[in-house]
Amino acid sequence: MMPIWLDIVIAALIVIGASFALVGAFGLAKLSDFLKRLHGPTKASTLGVGCVLIASILYFTFVNKSPSAHELLITIFIFMTAPVSAHLLVKAALAMHKGMQPPPPRS
Amino acid sequence: MMAEFLSKLPVFTQVGPYTRVALVIAFVLFAIALLLTLYRLVRGPNVEDRILSLDTLYVNALAVTILLGIAFSTSVFFEAALVIGMLGFVGTVVMAKFLSRGDIVE
Repeated sequence: MMPIWLDIVIAALIVIGASFALVGAFGLAKLSDFLKRLHGPTKASTLGVGCVLIASILYFTFVNKSPSAHELLITIFIFMTAPVSAHLLVKAALAMHKGMQPPPPRS
Repeated sequence: MMAEFLSKLPVFTQVGPYTRVALVIAFVLFAIALLLTLYRLVRGPNVEDRILSLDTLYVNALAVTILLGIAFSTSVFFEAALVIGMLGFVGTVVMAKFLSRGDIVE
């Protein structure tokens, strides 16, 4: 029913997306400082969800026989809001702990 | 009994064989990612670690909902995923603004 190349592309995208999300969560669990821990969820988990959403676009375009870009909406939303929430969390953390900011580079 | 209930679910009806294996692997990987994030939620020494892990839980749950939509071949799960994403973002922003300012809307 489904052409083999499309099947392999969707499967590869799903597995790659899941492994990116796993790496992001592992970075969140393992790193030692809050400012270091921010990198995992904002970059790796966003990429993982983006890959899964691209796989979903391809799958539903084939199954429904008409182009469906619904999931593109979620992808754009996540790409726009993940940096904003990370920025606000850094502002909150710096406001609460005064000594957390790394020293400025010597000029 | 559980096995025959699971075998009657309309799951994996329109997916190819490679996608079927990939979906099972992806569900396992996302489950491990959710457990790692839960570890940080319990363990995080400060409140901003817990807010970050809640946001990551929202994003991973969104991805699992999309994968369920692929497995069941319906597009009803897309709206649920959109709602999860929006509520997660709004919750994270509200908590961060409250912590940095003591007030949500000035």
